[in-house]
Amino acid sequence: MTRFLSTPDDLAALVPDGASVGLAKEPLSPIALARALIRRGVRDLHLVTIPTASMVADLLIGAGCVKVVETSGVTLGEFGLAPRFVEAVKTGAVEVRDATCPAVYAALQAGEKGQPFVPIRGIIGSDLLANRPDWKVIDNPFAPGDPVVILPPIRPDFALIHALKADRFGNVWVGPRHELKTLAHAAKQSLVTVEEIVEHDLREDESASPNLVSSLYVAALAEAPRGAWPTAAPGLYPVDEAEIASYARAAKTPEGFSAWLGGLEAAPRAAE
Amino acid sequence: MSDVKLEERLIHAVAGLLSGSGHIACGVLSPIPGAAAMLTARREGARVSIIGSELPAYRCDGGVELFDQAAQGRVDAFFLSGGQIDGQANINLHGIGAYPQMDVRWSGAFGSAYLYFLVPKVILFRLEHSRRVFPERVDFISAPGVSEPGVHRPGGPHALVTNLCVMIFDRGKGRFRLASVHPGVTAEEVREQTGFAFDLPDHVPETETPGAEDLALIRGEIARDLANPYPRFARDVFGIAA
Repeated sequence: MTRFLSTPDDLAALVPDGASVGLAKEPLSPIALARALIRRGVRDLHLVTIPTASMVADLLIGAGCVKVVETSGVTLGEFGLAPRFVEAVKTGAVEVRDATCPAVYAALQAGEKGQPFVPIRGIIGSDLLANRPDWKVIDNPFAPGDPVVILPPIRPDFALIHALKADRFGNVWVGPRHELKTLAHAAKQSLVTVEEIVEHDLREDESASPNLVSSLYVAALAEAPRGAWPTAAPGLYPVDEAEIASYARAAKTPEGFSAWLGGLEAAPRAAE
Repeated sequence: MSDVKLEERLIHAVAGLLSGSGHIACGVLSPIPGAAAMLTARREGARVSIIGSELPAYRCDGGVELFDQAAQGRVDAFFLSGGQIDGQANINLHGIGAYPQMDVRWSGAFGSAYLYFLVPKVILFRLEHSRRVFPERVDFISAPGVSEPGVHRPGGPHALVTNLCVMIFDRGKGRFRLASVHPGVTAEEVREQTGFAFDLPDHVPETETPGAEDLALIRGEIARDLANPYPRFARDVFGIAA
């Protein structure tokens, strides 16, 4: 049964130190949920990005919540490199497990299907493979003489998801973001914030029902209006470029990062 | 034709390299390759998928499907870049120095370590032609340019397009050849600015100037399409309001 909680902080309280958490790339980054995790002071997270991440990962890393980050790329896109990620990797404050996007998807699908491992093309001869002792190369059992990379499944303890809407039965509408369904299916449980909880049963609409995360996977749900801000929630609000640019400048130093975050918590922006 | 901008010449040059590709995919941070793919679509009817575009004609599943298509051979051309690219077409998207606590750290591999193997025509694109960007050997191989015999590799590097020149990659030799230089650039200058050795023919032509018909397409409907998802580029190069 999906639990309906009041705030993102109630969701964050469910995540113990040392948990593995998965979150997907922009748009609809679970920023409100990440901020709640930071307020709760969670430590030693194993963060898995599906397959990449931007500001939300930089926030969690900058706030000292993350021990290991497994990712195919962390960047602020046109706003430049992710400053806290870059610094934490350089100093060794976080351990980075570099991946490549399709490997993350494949491993997540293996998690979703309960498979012991999954084969994938490419990757052989890269320094990625040389630095991932958990990735192996086997000989294709069906056509010997064909080396193939195999990956262990990804099954995060928690999927952290922000979506536009959910119904009061706990079904979450993710629109065209099918990787959010895969993430929810692969994770042991999903913690979801939504812009709005609607009264009607979303499963009744045949055009919407293929794009639902079933409540079966959703452990807990809370409303968080503008919960993706300053990243975009397509259809509701665009990316807040000024705020992300301001973050990119501030987060170049630990002091600037703390000041930006502190300012946000002390006096929520009008745009928020 | 001194009024032809470098961007327009590069769009035209990349479109020439793309000729014959049925399905071209590109990432969101590549406006010039994106425009070249759109030009190829208009000239030859190529299908174009642009990750991040909201225009129905170019929209694609930003998730797993493009990678699945590549593995099946349904993507004919793609673009990659690198913080470093070396003479064997190895690309480095991870950083400078000893891994993992590198002196300079970049974003990460994205899809490169996979798509480089599977897409038949990968065009490398980088607008800073310098010894820093093109060293003899990359510090970290995010994706290798060539593979050992026996490794499944229908794809790989085809060409390198920079602000100075176009180079073609010979997969058999594992080596680039200078194919053309842009106006005002000499082969000698390319050699000085490149940290790796490459084949230098006796005569190196100038990179072609786009004809009137292509220029009209580039400055017209392609510039307009580029505003989504490349609003800044469309505004700065073509004066198109987002």
